[in-house]
Amino acid sequence: MSGTDPTLIYRQEAAELLEQLEQALLDLEHAPGDADLINTAFRALHTIKGSGAMFGFDAVAAFTHHVETAFDRVRKGEVAASTSLIAVTLAAKDHIRRQIEQPDSASEAEGAAILDGLQAALVAQSDSTPVPAAAVTWRLRFRLPLDAVAMGTNPLLLLDELRALGPCIVVADTSAIPPIEGLDPTACHVGWEVTLTTGQPRSAIEQVFLFVLDDMQLDLEQVAGHASEPRPAAVAAAVASVRAEPSSARTTGSIRVPAERLDDLMDQVGELVIAQSRLKQIAGASRDIQVKAISEDIERLALELRDTTMGARLVPIGQLFGRFRRLVHDLSRELGKEVALVLSGEDTELDKTLIERLADPMIHLIRNAVDHGVELPGQRETAGKPRQGRIALAASHLGHEVLITISDDGAGLDRARIQQRAEEQGLLVPGAKPTDSELFQLIMQPGFSTASEVTSVSGRGVGMDVVRRAIDSLRGNIDIASQPGQGSQITLRLPLTLAIIDGLLVRVGDGRYVIPLSAIEECVELSANEDGRSRGHSFLNIRGSLVPFIRLREAFDTRTQPDPFQKVVIVSSGEQRVGLVVDQVIGDHQTVIKSLSKLHADVAAFSGATILGDGTVALILEVAHLVEQGKQHDDTRQAAE
Amino acid sequence: MSKTILSVDDSASVLQMVKLTLTGGGYSVVQATNGADGLARARGGGIDMVLTDLNMPVMNGLTMIRELRKLPQCTGLPIIFLTTESAANMKQEAKAAGATGWITKPFQQDQLLAVVRKVLGA
Repeated sequence: MSGTDPTLIYRQEAAELLEQLEQALLDLEHAPGDADLINTAFRALHTIKGSGAMFGFDAVAAFTHHVETAFDRVRKGEVAASTSLIAVTLAAKDHIRRQIEQPDSASEAEGAAILDGLQAALVAQSDSTPVPAAAVTWRLRFRLPLDAVAMGTNPLLLLDELRALGPCIVVADTSAIPPIEGLDPTACHVGWEVTLTTGQPRSAIEQVFLFVLDDMQLDLEQVAGHASEPRPAAVAAAVASVRAEPSSARTTGSIRVPAERLDDLMDQVGELVIAQSRLKQIAGASRDIQVKAISEDIERLALELRDTTMGARLVPIGQLFGRFRRLVHDLSRELGKEVALVLSGEDTELDKTLIERLADPMIHLIRNAVDHGVELPGQRETAGKPRQGRIALAASHLGHEVLITISDDGAGLDRARIQQRAEEQGLLVPGAKPTDSELFQLIMQPGFSTASEVTSVSGRGVGMDVVRRAIDSLRGNIDIASQPGQGSQITLRLPLTLAIIDGLLVRVGDGRYVIPLSAIEECVELSANEDGRSRGHSFLNIRGSLVPFIRLREAFDTRTQPDPFQKVVIVSSGEQRVGLVVDQVIGDHQTVIKSLSKLHADVAAFSGATILGDGTVALILEVAHLVEQGKQHDDTRQAAE
Repeated sequence: MSKTILSVDDSASVLQMVKLTLTGGGYSVVQATNGADGLARARGGGIDMVLTDLNMPVMNGLTMIRELRKLPQCTGLPIIFLTTESAANMKQEAKAAGATGWITKPFQQDQLLAVVRKVLGA
């Protein structure tokens, strides 16, 4: 690592500035008059030019100079940030990035063409300067009538409508909620304070509250000053108190640490936790009270250190979401569609590695949504929908998992077509009646595609199976829902981190194995009676439903004497359940995952290994694979019936 | 999965127009021709929203809305009524009876869909 190379710092800084520039440009499309955004774009260009000249990137400086000049005119109000100007500036931004990252591949002719386009965009304006409605910041305080929710008004939908008008900061006022004993759960005690920046007139905001306007309290005032003052002090204070840490997706002021160093740190912390658990075992056996006390201290510290280290690896998903704005912008242009991208939950944090590996599958899903989901504006109008389609990306935490939803309001999946294709490809018995969820899972089978023609954007033979494989490798799963004419939602469910799992430690013969706790439904005993009865067919009756089971002793060819009382761990993957028969259930085990060596990479039954407190190795079972095996048993049974 | 809307009106042409518009927007529609009929339908459950006329034989819309609001399963159920510009006082009365919102007749198809989306979400 050449940390002393001064141009490296410039490159990193420029990459960050270019990101800011792109963000500002894309935001400008929706709020063309926003002085703050124009300034951000100008400053980014200015710094790229200035530092570029300083670090010897002369070509970058020369090129950026022209773009900066153009934006200086926008800043002075001489020209407007028109759509064509924004588009050509985005192209210029890409060119600058190439100039910095791969100077050889950035041709001068291309740069000259972009500059011509820039001139054209500026000249076109002097003929007909559009006067965009300047975005204005409003402050709304509203409180619905107490019975509003009971009477059918959904406040969340009202907030969604406000968000559709422009960027919003929403703060809930919960001060009026009575103590629990006096609380009527159907009454709406919450008030809201919203700071909204929009180019729409006052009436558009009032229109949102149309049905409740007469009965509600609504303070609507234009915030003094112009759009560049985003939040009044009261809101800012409230926001600060709601969010303990003000880390938003856009804050970049922090210490730069190479990712490898974090990986090393995580690895060392993992080893520390293992060493600590060995110490704990020894201390447990010791009578020395001081050793025990130290062991407990170290346990606490090690676990805290582990959590902190994990925390350092977490980054807000907003970084990833931000990249998609450009993708959607470009794609919808290319396809002649009008698509708005709505983001929420950008502050949701997850492991850096996860975010990197999520990029590709998500790009694929978003492409699908733009290409196959959202219809052409004309078709949408005929269907009675707004011309502009909507793709929403949302992220949220659910326990130790992260949910990411990609939804569109397009045509939805074509059930009949998928069924037909599935039957043609032999994935489905003709005449079968699968549920929506079962049917939609089929589109993630290798080679499955319903697109009748290959468009330039997606459908090049790589389908949802690639997405599924990527998500599987992140130990996540995919759920697809779709309503004809209303759109589809794809939900990705992912673990917070790849480095640690909560597992159940079991013993089979002499070997010890870890089963990820998230996949476990329950543990039951395999009675001698049932054991004997099930010799021929391996099924267990769990409260009336037949669950296939796999004897891990047989699967792993264990030759020791089996324990008299075998246990069954019921695991699930998707909607399928399988029982795993083990000799002994040892207990909970928090596991730092070590990946298997390349030699063992093909072993599908194990996803990794871990080192136990006493220094021995336990393999981590790959539940999805075992469940798949069990399902094959189940299918043979159903075929036999 | 699609949301079900109960459409109550004594005019067959309005019922038909509403049904065409809403099914086109991806909703399911069940119909009733008067308040008593509508109330019986709503008692059966499975309704996500009610769209009703006010002037109807047997049981008028206002009475139906009041009765609906007494049912526990109709707490929070969006109820939209059809009204005309001239009957401005009806708005207040229907809201007091428990209605969520209104649509002014005559209306265009997209206006109807916009109101339904407003109270049901996209």
